[in-house]
Amino acid sequence: MYLTSYLALAAILFCIGLYGILTKRNAVMLLFSVELMLNAVNLNLVAFSRLGFYPNVEGQIFTFFTITVAAAEAAVGLAILIALYRKKETAEADQYNSMKG
Amino acid sequence: MNAEFLAFSILSVFAIGGAVFFLNAGKVMHMAIALAFTFFSLAGIYLLLQAEFLAVVQVLVYAGGISILMIFGIMLTKPEEGAPSRSFQYHQWISLATVTGFFVIIMTIIYQTPILTPAGKETSASVKSIGSILFKNYAIPFELASILLLVALIGAIVLARKEQK
Repeated sequence: MYLTSYLALAAILFCIGLYGILTKRNAVMLLFSVELMLNAVNLNLVAFSRLGFYPNVEGQIFTFFTITVAAAEAAVGLAILIALYRKKETAEADQYNSMKG
Repeated sequence: MNAEFLAFSILSVFAIGGAVFFLNAGKVMHMAIALAFTFFSLAGIYLLLQAEFLAVVQVLVYAGGISILMIFGIMLTKPEEGAPSRSFQYHQWISLATVTGFFVIIMTIIYQTPILTPAGKETSASVKSIGSILFKNYAIPFELASILLLVALIGAIVLARKEQK
């Protein structure tokens, strides 16, 4: 199995996540799209750690740290979203415009 | 080799299909389930790459933890189901063009770069070796990650708490 197949799959998933971020209006879905992009990057790291020029376990270690940071990001992002929802009564990201001049 | 290719094809079709359904589903809850499916398929791909421990972590954290957290978020924020799904606007066309351009650039780079693959050099990433590297070489980042998780935990509670006067 070649490395390029895994890289191509990761690129496809990353682009789908990017498109989701650019077009979704629900804030929870924005957070979900970020998670999808982070997963694509993780897949790249693991593929290189297995099939790269220097196969090494450390690629997986980086992935663990990425997963940790992603979990923290999801928790804090959701808390901010709930606080905002309590204030603005909506979950649509384009309604959060109170800093607009 | 052949079986590996077959498994990779099926799993990648599942992953991409889940992600595409995530983009197109009508209800927010369906999107969450579709993305959980994508996370499961990615765990299978990690198994294919012989990262067993990582596959288990993926199922636990992503398919289990983050998906459920997001479903809680969806239920707590009551998304407008009948939201005005304005037909394809110019904004979405611009996004589509940008993403397509980015995708073409990435794929060109991936397929034109000569990627050297070492022949026959297998590294067995057992749980034992992962643990020994994580706790010997990466002990300080590991502790920092635990502090980050603690800060995120407290911060999430403080942010989401109802303010009482």
